[in-house]
Amino acid sequence: MKRANWQELLWVAIIVVLAAFWPMLANGYWLGIGVDMMMYIALATSWVLFSGPTHYISLASAAFFGVGGFIVGTGMSDYEASFWSMLALSAVVGGALAALIGLATLRLSGVYFVIFTLGLAEMIRNLVSWIQNNFLGSRGLYVLTDFTDKHLYWMLLVTAAAVYLLGWIISRSRLGFALRIIGGDETVARHVGINTAMAKVILFTSTGFFGAIVGAIIAPRWSYIEPNQVFSPQLSFFVVIMALLGGSGRLWGPIVGVVPFLLIWNWVDANFPHQSILVLGLAFLVIVYFLPHGFVGRIDQLRARARGRS
Amino acid sequence: MNSSRAVLSVKNVTKRFGGLIAVSNMSFDVAEHEMVGVIGPNGSGKTTMINMISGLYAPSDGRISLKGRLISDRQPQAIAREGVGRTFQLVRLLPSLTVLENVVAGAVYGHRRRWGREAEEFAHDVLERVGMDAMSYAQISSLTYIDQKRVELARTLAGEPEVLLLDEWLAGLNPTELETGIELIHALRDEGRTVVLVEHVMDAIRSLCDRCVVMSSGAKIAEGTPDEVLSDREVVRAYLGDDDA
Repeated sequence: MKRANWQELLWVAIIVVLAAFWPMLANGYWLGIGVDMMMYIALATSWVLFSGPTHYISLASAAFFGVGGFIVGTGMSDYEASFWSMLALSAVVGGALAALIGLATLRLSGVYFVIFTLGLAEMIRNLVSWIQNNFLGSRGLYVLTDFTDKHLYWMLLVTAAAVYLLGWIISRSRLGFALRIIGGDETVARHVGINTAMAKVILFTSTGFFGAIVGAIIAPRWSYIEPNQVFSPQLSFFVVIMALLGGSGRLWGPIVGVVPFLLIWNWVDANFPHQSILVLGLAFLVIVYFLPHGFVGRIDQLRARARGRS
Repeated sequence: MNSSRAVLSVKNVTKRFGGLIAVSNMSFDVAEHEMVGVIGPNGSGKTTMINMISGLYAPSDGRISLKGRLISDRQPQAIAREGVGRTFQLVRLLPSLTVLENVVAGAVYGHRRRWGREAEEFAHDVLERVGMDAMSYAQISSLTYIDQKRVELARTLAGEPEVLLLDEWLAGLNPTELETGIELIHALRDEGRTVVLVEHVMDAIRSLCDRCVVMSSGAKIAEGTPDEVLSDREVVRAYLGDDDA
């Protein structure tokens, strides 16, 4: 991941301000798509924080997202807690869970890390189902709030903007530079004096922290929370595909990946409901064959070519 | 060698990989401003020795200390911060970073730490010292092998290590490059740096090293000035075999 500059921050700030007006222009179907987009932009950007510079592909997004949804569901259903306190608790638990996973997976790299994170997310899903069925009573969890889609949209927009801002600050810090070195060669990173374990755990923790926040914010939309739904592994794959489609080399990559992907996905889902999963596979093929560095890589390439010509 | 003067001290160090003993009961000291060569035939455990000093491998037995502080139980990043810098036998640079960024990487987290403009200016100074400042903004992939080695050396120097470990820094260079390389290491010597170098190039060893430690099959078989050890019967036998000795 490149060091982000002020110009980039300004552009993103303008996009955030413009995006805030979306609920005034759209409602119903299109506002719903807006909520989906904000949710995935927040998730994919927080995924890129860690996986972009280090090239560690994490499939644990659903675990953090699910923890957020489940905590809000349990807290509001069974303990009459407020949404906001459960949101805060989700963030802390999501961050702590990610820190634990990070510490446990430090020695894994490449495909082992990928499989481990996927397995772990599945394990958490089953564990939560089991706990709910045996100890909490096998009834569903209800999340009843006064929030409508537009409130959720704004909360997710703020979350996405916060993730971006954090990433922007990190990319300009020693920590961000350390992650680029770790992504290049971990042995070199250690020999120039970088505490690689610490750097990776800090970033992975932030991914878990924000993943759980997004899961908590989305919970009121579903009203009825069921572990198999909030911990769906499909979400983890969606996050990875959209982040890679946009390009994990830049912090704004997910924005240009999420928007076209979800537009196509929703169109296919509306017209050919049984074929929608094909889009996931096709997107994967497109990334592998045509966009190895995502749209961002292609944009950077075109820019470099234009500069070379002038 | 009086151990109180030793900057780097290796005592009874052994490294076992399963049943294989790669380094066996090695001991030697390196004094301040001294250039010590670690030589020996291929497979004699020289690089393993360097890897233990830099922390890449933990010794199975024995102690390594820097200025009296034990470092052999620590991680490479901690050892780098204590003041041990190294280059790698096969040059290791970060191809996604520019030349300057590669050197800044050495300046930010090392023994002396710098950040921002200060780190960049210092990196330029170090690049200038190895004769690479003109290439600061080049891509790593566009550099020749010796230039890559110079950048790696610059990265190591940027951390201002107390002890510099050079693992076959001159290997793989053509005759012209070799001359440049030897000059560069001579310059380090003139700066009064403390250096441990693993080397095969005999000319370089004779002209650069104050002292040599000779290894064979993981053990130390001789120690002394280059002339002394290179005329030692045991050393000649280790290199050439029994018949020629």
